[in-house]
Amino acid sequence: MRTGSATAAPAARFEAVALAIGAIGPVDFALAAGTCLGLAAPSGAGKTRLLRAMADLDAHEGVCRLNGRPAADFAAPAWRRRVMLLPAESAWWADTPRPHLQPEGLDAYLAALDLDAGVLDRPIERLSSGQRQRLALIRVLSHAPDVLLLDEPTANLDDANIERVERLIRAYRQDRGACCVWVGHDRAQLARVADEHRVLDARGKPAHRPCN
Amino acid sequence: MQLISLSFFDLALAALAVLALAATTFAMRLGIARTLLIAALRTTAQLALVGLVLEAVFAQRQLVWIALMALVMLLLAGREAAARQKRPFIGGYGFAAGTASMFLSSFVTAVATLVIVIRVEPWYTPQYAIPLLGMLLGNTMTGIALAMDRLTQEVWRGAAVIETRLALGASATEAVAEMRRDAMRAGMIPMLNAMAAAGIISLPGMMTGQILAGSPPWEAVKYQILIMFLIATGTGFGTLLAVSLGARRLFDDRHRLRLDRLRPI
Repeated sequence: MRTGSATAAPAARFEAVALAIGAIGPVDFALAAGTCLGLAAPSGAGKTRLLRAMADLDAHEGVCRLNGRPAADFAAPAWRRRVMLLPAESAWWADTPRPHLQPEGLDAYLAALDLDAGVLDRPIERLSSGQRQRLALIRVLSHAPDVLLLDEPTANLDDANIERVERLIRAYRQDRGACCVWVGHDRAQLARVADEHRVLDARGKPAHRPCN
Repeated sequence: MQLISLSFFDLALAALAVLALAATTFAMRLGIARTLLIAALRTTAQLALVGLVLEAVFAQRQLVWIALMALVMLLLAGREAAARQKRPFIGGYGFAAGTASMFLSSFVTAVATLVIVIRVEPWYTPQYAIPLLGMLLGNTMTGIALAMDRLTQEVWRGAAVIETRLALGASATEAVAEMRRDAMRAGMIPMLNAMAAAGIISLPGMMTGQILAGSPPWEAVKYQILIMFLIATGTGFGTLLAVSLGARRLFDDRHRLRLDRLRPI
């Protein structure tokens, strides 16, 4: 579904104002085109729920804006096509990966993440969690969103694949001017991939000490 | 052919057979005798009561009383459909959606048949209207209860798939399409099976009753075919409507999955 319009308007600004869900937050940030926010927190602090709020998958307080336009101005599916969540555990509905993926650009993505085309026709449940995680990332990228919301995108990967994923996401951001919110608890990784940082404490409240 | 009227003595003979069955199961300790006797008593009491009501309604032949009886039947069917849900909607939504769907499909089908097909004068003649509506309501109720139950359970189980699809930019309608299809199929299958088996594996109850009451078989067959088509139409549209209302309730206007609207087990 990569269209001319995605390349015609490559730069995307993404911001959140007083974003809160339940007791979690509020969080504020403004991301310039092509930049990445690292969001660190102990597990259970509500990082995932904040990402879901950004994708407008749960009712929440505060506003997210894409290029200055609030989410409420978009039809919800249109918003989620531009601001796309990669959940920590992606679900699959067909038996094999292939029906889930757009064919164009697929080979390049597979090569970038060291997957051979054979995995596309293997039953999903026979793939390793690392293979599934990389395929889920390809599924998201193949929709060409302007903003990537990544929930621990390298949790199940070995070092070589972690590096491949980081490289692919950096290239995607630079090519399209896409923003990214990267949630994780590996501070070293967040320092590597993100330009800006937010930290939540165990209760989901913003901590003031930056992580690097 | 004349209708042979049954005496109470005749019914008592049949009751003796049930008692014999109950005694046998009791002797074999199958633990079912009590349930059997209660069910037999319920059948007798409920049908006797309906008989009295029908006698009264048939004697009156007034639209108000027929409408009142139809309303009571509708509400009981709605309650029954709601009670068969494993994960019902919180609040009265399940009952309201089921009852509204049943009302629209059953009543429209019944009235249209009375006016256009049977052309009985007046159209609400209870001898035609009440049995017709009863059969439509009973079957539509089964279809709606099965379909709603399947829908809510499938969505509950498939929540991860639905949410992944939503996250990838699908609309609520697209994300739930597969579950809706399953639910529709579940609601329609009893009726499809009944149509496929009619006359070969089973003699439908209504046709049997008409033949026993002295109708020529060919007339009974024509009525049975009519009823089958009506039941198919009523069940189909009623199930379609109920599944649409249910699927809509499972999402909000921002296309978010709202499992909090279902009662957890």
